[in-house]
Amino acid sequence: MSAVIENHHDDHDHGPAKGITRWLYTTNHKDIGTLYLWFSFAMFLIGGAMAMIIRAELFQPGMQIVEPEFYNQMITLHGLIMIFGGVMPAFVGLANWLVPMMIGAPDMALPRMNNLSFWILPFAFFILLSSLFMEGGAPNFGWTFYAPLSTTYAPPSVTFFIFSVHIMGASSIMGAINVVVTIMNMRAPGVTLMKMPLFVWSWLITAYLLIAVMPVLAGAVTMMLMDIHFGTSFFNAAGGGDPVLFQHIFWFFGHPEVYIMILPAFGIVSHIIETFSRKQLFGYSSMVWAMLSIAILSFVVWAHHMFTVGLPLAAEIFFMWATMLIAVPTGVKVFNWVATMFRGSLTFETPMLFAVAFVVLFTIGGLSGLMLAIVPADFQYHDTYFVVAHFHYVLVPGAIFSIMAAVYYWIPKWSGNMYDERLGKLHFWLSFIGVNVTFFPQHFIGLAGMPRRYPDYALIFADWNMVSSIGAFLFGFSQLLFLFIVIKTVMGGKKATDQVWEGAKGLEWTVASPAPYHTFSTPPKVD
Amino acid sequence: MSGGSYYVPDQSRFPIFMAVSLFLLVMGASSTINNLDDPNSNSVYILYSGFACLFLTMFFWFRQVIKEHLAGLDSNQLKQSYVYGMAWFIFSEVMFFAAFFGALFYVRTLAVPWLAGEGSKGAAITAIELWPAFESSWPVMTTPDQGNEYDLADKSMAWPGWSKALLWLPLWNTIVLLSSSWTVHLAHLGLKKGNRKKFNVYLGVTVLLALIFVGLQALEYYEAYAHYGLKLNSGIYGSTFFMLTGFHGFHVMMGGFMLAIMLARSVFAGHFEQHDHFGFEAASWYWHFVDVVWLMLFIFVYIL
Repeated sequence: MSAVIENHHDDHDHGPAKGITRWLYTTNHKDIGTLYLWFSFAMFLIGGAMAMIIRAELFQPGMQIVEPEFYNQMITLHGLIMIFGGVMPAFVGLANWLVPMMIGAPDMALPRMNNLSFWILPFAFFILLSSLFMEGGAPNFGWTFYAPLSTTYAPPSVTFFIFSVHIMGASSIMGAINVVVTIMNMRAPGVTLMKMPLFVWSWLITAYLLIAVMPVLAGAVTMMLMDIHFGTSFFNAAGGGDPVLFQHIFWFFGHPEVYIMILPAFGIVSHIIETFSRKQLFGYSSMVWAMLSIAILSFVVWAHHMFTVGLPLAAEIFFMWATMLIAVPTGVKVFNWVATMFRGSLTFETPMLFAVAFVVLFTIGGLSGLMLAIVPADFQYHDTYFVVAHFHYVLVPGAIFSIMAAVYYWIPKWSGNMYDERLGKLHFWLSFIGVNVTFFPQHFIGLAGMPRRYPDYALIFADWNMVSSIGAFLFGFSQLLFLFIVIKTVMGGKKATDQVWEGAKGLEWTVASPAPYHTFSTPPKVD
Repeated sequence: MSGGSYYVPDQSRFPIFMAVSLFLLVMGASSTINNLDDPNSNSVYILYSGFACLFLTMFFWFRQVIKEHLAGLDSNQLKQSYVYGMAWFIFSEVMFFAAFFGALFYVRTLAVPWLAGEGSKGAAITAIELWPAFESSWPVMTTPDQGNEYDLADKSMAWPGWSKALLWLPLWNTIVLLSSSWTVHLAHLGLKKGNRKKFNVYLGVTVLLALIFVGLQALEYYEAYAHYGLKLNSGIYGSTFFMLTGFHGFHVMMGGFMLAIMLARSVFAGHFEQHDHFGFEAASWYWHFVDVVWLMLFIFVYIL
């Protein structure tokens, strides 16, 4: 017992431990945030490499590079890795770095559990990726793993997939509980709920969504496991179950999940636009209420992913209108960002470029979402490349641009060095052009009827597919530039001031750059 | 107790050990399940080692937290973090059960009637073309495929009518579990009044009732398999019945285990103070949660 007591008195004074154990045993929110961010970057590159394989195969009609079976494994793993390994851990990493500093807390509320949430992930993705080398290959049923493709017709590796999803879910739930508890319990005196920075608000809501829906996903994969190996019939009509039941449970998780991947982005973009407009955010409380409304609505719109499965008419009408209702709070946010920029003293540093691109391109993705929400129209669009274009517009120039914006915006605070502005701008323009060249044509080929998830296609789709692939290669390889910029910034560069950005507000800018290993050991006073 | 700064623990080995344990556990579980037909498979030892590592890590981790607490390192603010953390964890458990209850409600009110031809959608065609003999009822005793792929049960666990109510195990299970919620509350009251003896006795009774519940549940499963022909693969009724009651039973075992540990801490180590006993409170919250889930089960799985 004495060792425990003696250790703690000088806790807040010393810096990080030396060597690899710093990262293995750490309880420091900044270390863990860094781990999350690097892990997510690695997954982003692996998932991206899979996307390159997909686009290379689709460069021309006909089968050139991979077998259809392998193609299916690629689209499945690309989706799973980008969502659960790329976007979600990146946002958790940002939350780890920023939430305690933004609310004036010394660390996350439960630091050891924080470490556990992170270290589960490398193991979970090791299992998922190792399925590529198993007999029968990796999961090949798409990231939505609909039954019976994922049950009756699944390769044996599906069992490993199920358990890796289980521990990923455990990681997410623990991470989310940590964030909620930190925000509820660790705010410095004076940081009232309606004075919290919007990124903190967005994460409070996101964490709530995570705790609510990750267990539902666990339930879904458990039912799959039982159906496959132990003779239950949840998703088999012959026994009185229903494959559509899988889709209901999955999308009850899946729709809140897409907001889990966009709400933190809303928070980030609000900070960046406010800073580089050198104005107060147009409407803080309306932003908070809009996020809350979106989160609540996310629980009652799931069946809009399933309009073509044969739902009763009343259900289709309900889910159509409920979905369209989401456009209202989303519109509130978009107009808010625009109004914040209106007559501001704008400058366009790299984070601002990404943030403005986010607003424009996310809106495009939102509008195609509205088109998909219309039941009769969705009968036409369902499972075409139009859907692929839609969700990539909200996820790539949406979620991922916001993550990149956040990295450029806060990396001076993390590393103490400014990134190279010229390279940053180059990275932005390459990404911006690449993303649009990749995904905009997919609207056309989707409307023309090209189905998703096929390695081959009719000749009429050839031209736009080639354009799309060229854009994808441009976007993909530009991300190596991003990797280079990040490494260069961490290694050295122009020293950043504590304030970093002229118009930036918030507690994180009051501490030194780079942020000391322990910040706010005693709570700051905020009025 | 100390009003000082928030306790941020030093580096810790527990989390990474726990992550490795979970890795062993799920690798072992996956390969065991994939090799169920192979008598020479050794995967189950990976599974066991995962369990062993997990228990050991948890033991030492909780011991550390208790030591820190006894040393007075945690402020009231940190205790509040544990309170919030436990509450949100229970909420996540509620949502886990919600998935299975959702599945139950969906098949009962929609899928099964549709399979029998109700409604105007495609399901009606399945009913006519595929399984014309299937009739909608709950519990589903005869599956749509007339037991082709599944073993049909002879008898369900549903309410047997007033005349046989006293011989109906679920009723006794309900009585046992509701009483245990009451006794754990009495134990809590005893502790709050500083009456250690009352605390120990009622907590002991609670753990005993938990054991009785698990025993009765095992008996019920035995009855189901041996005499009712009701199995996991008896179609959707067997699926929902065993998964819902099974996961509940598993949670009862976890909750009972937690309470047993609290009892041991109190009896052998003299832990818990009149105004400072969150470890026990967390376990008792969990117990009440398990109890509420049972009430839902009793209503929606057994009675209705």
